[in-house]
Amino acid sequence: MSPTTRQETLEAGTPAAALVPSLERSPDRRTRRRKRTAARNASAHGVPFKVRWRRDWQMVLMMVPGVLVMLLFAYIPILGNVIAFQDYQPYLTIFEAPFVGLQKFVGLFDDPDFLDAFRNTMVLAVTQLVLFFPVPIILALVVDSLSPRRLRNVFQSIVYLPHFLSWVLVITFFQEFLGGAGFINNTLKLMGMGSIPFMTDPATFPLMATLQLVWKDAGWAMIIFLAALSTVDVSLYEAAAADGAGRWRRLWHVTLPALRPVIILLLILRIGDILSVGFEQFILQRDNVGPGAAEVLDTYVYYSGVIGGDWSAGAAAGLAKGVISALLIWGANSLAHKFGEAGLFQKKVG
Amino acid sequence: MTLLKNHKASGLSYSPARPAWKEKPSPLYSGLKALTVFVVTAYIGLPVLVVFSTSFADNHQILQSGGYVLWPTHPNLDAYRTLFSGNLMVRALAVSAFITVVGTAIALFVTILLAYATSRPVLFGRPVVLAVLFTMLFSAGIIPMYLMIKQLGLIDSLWSLILPGALGGFNFVVMRSFFMNIPAELIESARIDGASDWKILWTMVLPLSKAVTAVVGLFYAVGIWNAFFNALLYLNDTSKWPVQVVLRSYVLQGKSMTADQLGVAVQTQPQSLQMAVVVIALVPILLVYPFLQRHFTKGVITGAVKG
Repeated sequence: MSPTTRQETLEAGTPAAALVPSLERSPDRRTRRRKRTAARNASAHGVPFKVRWRRDWQMVLMMVPGVLVMLLFAYIPILGNVIAFQDYQPYLTIFEAPFVGLQKFVGLFDDPDFLDAFRNTMVLAVTQLVLFFPVPIILALVVDSLSPRRLRNVFQSIVYLPHFLSWVLVITFFQEFLGGAGFINNTLKLMGMGSIPFMTDPATFPLMATLQLVWKDAGWAMIIFLAALSTVDVSLYEAAAADGAGRWRRLWHVTLPALRPVIILLLILRIGDILSVGFEQFILQRDNVGPGAAEVLDTYVYYSGVIGGDWSAGAAAGLAKGVISALLIWGANSLAHKFGEAGLFQKKVG
Repeated sequence: MTLLKNHKASGLSYSPARPAWKEKPSPLYSGLKALTVFVVTAYIGLPVLVVFSTSFADNHQILQSGGYVLWPTHPNLDAYRTLFSGNLMVRALAVSAFITVVGTAIALFVTILLAYATSRPVLFGRPVVLAVLFTMLFSAGIIPMYLMIKQLGLIDSLWSLILPGALGGFNFVVMRSFFMNIPAELIESARIDGASDWKILWTMVLPLSKAVTAVVGLFYAVGIWNAFFNALLYLNDTSKWPVQVVLRSYVLQGKSMTADQLGVAVQTQPQSLQMAVVVIALVPILLVYPFLQRHFTKGVITGAVKG
């Protein structure tokens, strides 16, 4: 109970017992929300459907375009996944294609290309997790400690910008800068040195892909850490300094603990999302690097299904990926709850 | 104290004067920080600078440097003149502009209506919100989407680039949480005065929500402008390609732009021409970026953290 509400209770002249500070924990957000929902439902149940309809029909009408878009482009296609269990051919409709059970899923594991794609996805995801994840945190710490206000604003604008560029542009920039005939290799050639295949070497491709991701999204990912940093209570720093903590001690004992919940949350979310490495990024480079290193699950779906014509196998791979991802997100969310963090679903339903 | 904290939380770009307890950084730390800023800026900026410079450079300088220049000595607009004198780029730009403008308008229409309706305790509101949130977590996949578009007869139609993205889950959440903060009393009083829900939305809610509408609109516009894969998937007809796909095939895959497509004999260096395509794809983003940037931090934080 916050001081203001207690004051209000006092003025309303409630019995004295209500003024005794309660030993119970103050209701947290979840409890309050549950009560609010319960109250809303109670009043809703009291009103007959007909009355509500007469009151709300215009609003319900407003939902129609959105619901229609959602049904057409999100929910009916989910049903379309049924072709993963069929032997679908483009000249048949979904209702005519014969069912073959799990055959297409089993077939995936006999396909070396699929296994390659799966391995590449994992390699890329782990490389990005290890090399990309710390960058926004470090960047946020640096930006937060920049004091000239103008410098800070300009720098922030620069690092945010690449997030709004398309992957085609990003890869183009890298190609023009580091590619075989690009700026760096060109300069090396002018200086009489050999060229370095930055953009086409399968061995270093995960590193290159991570560098591209850093270029595009490190600044953007920094926002949430900056927000967390801006809510740290300054008096904590003050107290730490008064107790004789130097700059590193303060970083270690005040700043990093403040970032901990955000770091854990994002880490868990990232793990839940591990099968979805950037799709456009890899489809753009698959030709140059070769499918041996740049084929990921999503590009496999595209090349085996749409290009290769085995629609059912592609759908099976996509469905398997989607289901595993959903399970991972669900698992990651329960893990987040276990750590006492806000988690994903709650955060979005709000 | 509270005042200070609120001030700090209100804008991420706020940087305080150095507090008494904080020591002045040693030259080493200042140097390290300066170096970080410099390296990061160069990492992001150098490729962009090279592309811009090469697109403005003259033939002579490009030939001399073997392809790329860091700074044009005699800047000119030849590459752009060549591009715009032909069909290829003009058509691609027209397509991109069309899908961006029409797509954003439709997406805003759909999103505003749904977000406003569900922001009130309204019949069917709750399940619809949950349904939208579910689409943020689970998507059908490429192949079922392709079959759906095909079933609807949208293959080779620009509508295939517009309609599927007309309701973005994230944008919906941002809009809805903004609408939920509009006082219910305001809307109730208008209702009592006899205004219809359409009228309330149009004459009261929307004028109050100009900022959030602008931000969500820009998010949609940037998304459509940048989209590349949908066009690759759904459009076989190359004359309907938007800028991003043209960029991919003529710059990344290195197909040459023929005199036929350009309508003139090519006298500009191909390098310069290609870089001009890149710049054309980039410029609209640079133009809207200042407007976008002013609001997005707040918008993103409201949408992602508070829900």
